[in-house]
Amino acid sequence: MDVVIIDYGVGNVKSIEFALNRLGVQALLTQDADTIKAAKRVILPGVGEASSAMKNLETCELHRVIPNLKQPVLGICLGMQLMCNYTDEGQTKGLKLFNTDVKQFPNSLKVPQMGWNTINNLKTNLFKGIKPNEYMYLVHSYYAPICSETIAQTTYGFPYASALQKNNFYGVQFHPERSGHAGEQILKNFLELPEANCKP
Amino acid sequence: MLTKRIIPCLDIKNGRTVKGVNFVDLKDAGDPIVLAKKYAQLGADELVFLDISATLEGRSTWLQTVLEIAKEINIPFTVGGGVRSVADVNMLLQSGADKVAINSAAIKNPELISLLAKKFGKQCIVIAIDAKPINGIWKVHLAGGTKATDLDLFDWAKTVENLGAGEILFTSMAHDGTKKGFANKALAALSETVNIPIIASGGAGSVADFITVFKSGKADAALAASVFHFNTIQINQLKQMLHQHEIPVRL
Repeated sequence: MDVVIIDYGVGNVKSIEFALNRLGVQALLTQDADTIKAAKRVILPGVGEASSAMKNLETCELHRVIPNLKQPVLGICLGMQLMCNYTDEGQTKGLKLFNTDVKQFPNSLKVPQMGWNTINNLKTNLFKGIKPNEYMYLVHSYYAPICSETIAQTTYGFPYASALQKNNFYGVQFHPERSGHAGEQILKNFLELPEANCKP
Repeated sequence: MLTKRIIPCLDIKNGRTVKGVNFVDLKDAGDPIVLAKKYAQLGADELVFLDISATLEGRSTWLQTVLEIAKEINIPFTVGGGVRSVADVNMLLQSGADKVAINSAAIKNPELISLLAKKFGKQCIVIAIDAKPINGIWKVHLAGGTKATDLDLFDWAKTVENLGAGEILFTSMAHDGTKKGFANKALAALSETVNIPIIASGGAGSVADFITVFKSGKADAALAASVFHFNTIQINQLKQMLHQHEIPVRL
């Protein structure tokens, strides 16, 4: 299978599967380690609460599998947050793929941030063909601060990292599967990432 | 900048989109899947799909219709109607819903909110509140607006926020279907009461009503049905007008 979506019992995996279908790609939902290792592209989805999501990954032993993957991996929303060192939500240790700690939005803002906001300072081929200040759909209470691995920024009260990348690992805070045509373009870009970008 | 959202609402009964006045006298408004696709193309920021007969008739939401809509559209999608349990929410999310709206079941069993927020994350839990003033006090109603409760709107909103609701969908029953504008005073007070996003619902009749609900009603999103279903207002034109009035929208 070319594309797998890691199925670890969280959130709206179907909407990612359907978005890929609209791009003409059939993806497999799986938690089988060998299938995940053999896939050309891996998506780590996630809508939910960090500590229980991380527990689910650990139950399937996937917390050991994911960090060793060599193919392009895309974490979406909570999936991206779990790829960081740590998140304040449920005091949860992450997969330590991105060297940053996820924090809660302050109460001076409406929390969660919910709706369409812009992404800018776009880096890497993940954003090929995406114009600056394109709108993406976001819904989250926790955020990754700007760090050296930031490849897109969004401002909600202050700028934060709405996408991260290190080696073959990519993470987006927004939901490309629910962000109109631009979101679909980002998913398409992920599927077409050149191999040169994929080496650890 | 985070933008204000325009949300068409599809009230579904027996597989068709319907619309009533003050929650009764339902008229047919078309095929929900055709409407959902059209709204997504016109720039709707989100869709809400409410199975309005589900609670009354005691059956679960049509998962098949949810699945069909989820396949077709590329914007977020909230589903409500007859949602009572973790299993119900799980099935809806597995059918492609992004968020779930809960009304009666949350009133009957408030602990359900915290249970769902813990399991699925608060961001996918929308608490729908139907209310109207009785002797000057906004009282919450349940079962599609058919039963009054003793709950005060603002107390209940605070309670659901504390229990883990990610968003409130507030429908003013007194305004619903009247096309005379939203309940802006109550909406602004609600925005002061809680720190989670508020979707305004009930009363949209003109572009001016939308401008007012964002400026005076302080709503984060505005939901409407018949003005969109019956082509009184085109979503793309509405958003252009909001932009001209310096209300941040996704164009």
